[in-house]
Amino acid sequence: MKKITNLKEFACTPDRFQGGHRLCPGCAHSMIVREVVNATDDDLVISTATGCLEVCSAIYPYTSWDVSWIHIGFENAAAAISGAEAMYKALSRKNKLYNEDRRVKFVAFGGDGGTYDIGFQSLSGAAERGHDFLYVCLDNENYANTGGQRSSATPIGAHTSTTPRGRVSYGEKQKKKDLTMIMAAHGCPYVATAIPSTKHWKDLATKAAKAISTVGPTFINALSPCTTEWKFKPEETTEIADLAVETCAFPLYEIEDGHKLTITYRPKQKIPIEEYLGRQGRFAHLFKPENKWIIEEWQKNVDEYWDYLQRREEAGV
Amino acid sequence: MAERYELKNKEVWDGNMAAAHALRQAQVDVVAAYPITPSTPIVQNYAQFLADGYVDGEFVMVESEHSAMSACVGAAAAGGRVATATSSQGYALMVEVLYQASGMRLPIVMTVVNRALASPLNIHGDHADLYLGRDAGWIHLIANNPQEAYDMTLCAFKIAEDERVRLPVTTNQDGFLVSHTAQVVEPLQDEEAYNFIGEYKALNPMLDTKNPVTYGAQTEEEWHFEHKANQHKALMESTPVIEEIFNKFADISGRKYNIVETYKLDDADIALVVMGSAYETAMLAVDKAREEGIKVGLLMPRVFRPFPYNQVAEKLKNVKAVAALDRSAPMGAMGALYNEVSGALAANGQSAIMTNYIYGLGGRDTTVEHILEVIRETNENAKAGKRVTPLQGFINLRGPKLSFN
Repeated sequence: MKKITNLKEFACTPDRFQGGHRLCPGCAHSMIVREVVNATDDDLVISTATGCLEVCSAIYPYTSWDVSWIHIGFENAAAAISGAEAMYKALSRKNKLYNEDRRVKFVAFGGDGGTYDIGFQSLSGAAERGHDFLYVCLDNENYANTGGQRSSATPIGAHTSTTPRGRVSYGEKQKKKDLTMIMAAHGCPYVATAIPSTKHWKDLATKAAKAISTVGPTFINALSPCTTEWKFKPEETTEIADLAVETCAFPLYEIEDGHKLTITYRPKQKIPIEEYLGRQGRFAHLFKPENKWIIEEWQKNVDEYWDYLQRREEAGV
Repeated sequence: MAERYELKNKEVWDGNMAAAHALRQAQVDVVAAYPITPSTPIVQNYAQFLADGYVDGEFVMVESEHSAMSACVGAAAAGGRVATATSSQGYALMVEVLYQASGMRLPIVMTVVNRALASPLNIHGDHADLYLGRDAGWIHLIANNPQEAYDMTLCAFKIAEDERVRLPVTTNQDGFLVSHTAQVVEPLQDEEAYNFIGEYKALNPMLDTKNPVTYGAQTEEEWHFEHKANQHKALMESTPVIEEIFNKFADISGRKYNIVETYKLDDADIALVVMGSAYETAMLAVDKAREEGIKVGLLMPRVFRPFPYNQVAEKLKNVKAVAALDRSAPMGAMGALYNEVSGALAANGQSAIMTNYIYGLGGRDTTVEHILEVIRETNENAKAGKRVTPLQGFINLRGPKLSFN
């Protein structure tokens, strides 16, 4: 496992995900990806689901990837990486590896659409089969690449282009699917949540290093605040991510061996959810008097989940 | 190291067992597959070979055919020999990824056991799945019996991996009629089969991490057309390579395959075009028809894609009438073989009278008598010098005769 020490040293790791890509200014995807690929000194083979990251990083004849990289489709990043990992195993057994002196690790990236929804079967299958890989969900809570439609990661009340706020609608009706727990229920040896953040950079880097060095299927659900669809200023990305953690809208924790839960950051004083929702245009309509109940519902959900996480951690089961 | 499998000079195998042995002998690095009738025994047989130590590659039992082909693409891009097997609905679920496999020029081999597509659900043989994958950018080889299922699968690896080709290849055998019908098969011994295919030659493997490579990039209007045109060029130019590999295979096996197979066509006045196990039924019908004095011959494209239009036209240049038999519901058009053969003749200024017959959907029996009927009708057209029978007829269909003009 790569030792993550200080930010200066970590930031000086040669880039394996190069700049010059076409992600939006202020997009959190590139921050998360850079931290993940720099969290190991081993060589990497990466698969990426169709989505913002893919369309912005490999537009022929250019590529941002200074590692072996493959994109097949929207729903099969996990199947693709499981095939590559199986080939690595087969060639190792047959003494046919291309670089005997290098150790190769396997990572897949997908957005919430490619992970929670259309790619979920492929991810579940790959995790169940026990391939040795890390899957990172870049969770921006909507189909940002196709113009901000809802996904099963979209939280209640959010305005998206397919759950618009309107005269008779307050936006998304469902609560966000708890994918992190679902992946833990697969018995994955390591599952964690993370955010792109200056304050919590080490939390993400350490979790990525841990996940990559763990043998077997591992999963990181990284919240990726989306300046374009959540409607905040591009320079506010990490602030919004920090608020998600400080309000406990997106708590930072990890689960080992499918059950052992550890909260990796505990806000000193939980901030009211309005502070998080109020900074994002997608929730602006919730502050109208008739939608006040949704903010109350949000707070209730956040409090209950935070309480649940703490009780689970204490119970140590 | 995988154990050597002792084979007799003559084995009794069905098409599935024949295909499974070919995969084993190719020493495939990764097989990723999902079971589906009637190709299931291919993966079951392969699993048993693995359990008995005859396979040392990875066998990934995925959760769907979509993931099967996706894992095949990931594995092939990683840099090694890759194969799978499927049928029908599984094939349909894979279609998206079939295009991605060929677009990335990955030499994956897929042994397809052809079966009808639902609805209504049907597990028996027809060519609906083959036709569905027609434009997917794969080479499609046709096998009419278990021996050919074995031979074509060995050839498929060598064709797919040839540096002048680098395209995925399917081998096709009819569900149940070939896949579950045990016949005598003369296999090659393990070393001989492996030496014929040769060591896998990697091209831009992802696992050569010292030389990172990007697979599956996006190309919009500036480059997409060039990529697809290039891919088509590779398919179009693969025919001589396939021919060369068929010749090499003949040298070691004594079994000679051709891009276009024919039977008694040289002096024929009329011809039937048919693919799959029905070709063998049609051979018997041709013999009988010739006893009646009808000079009929047969033609089968052994290679359905790339379609050998010039060879087909050349072989049919002296016939007066041609019936193309399609084993798939044409759904609002003439059958695929009819269209291809008509196009091939038209492109070469030939004007044989063309008719189309739809037969054997969902495993419906097609007998020598049925094909004799087609031969007689085709002969009527030849004698009249114009089409006097329906443009499209249905063979052995219940109820009133169905035809279209």
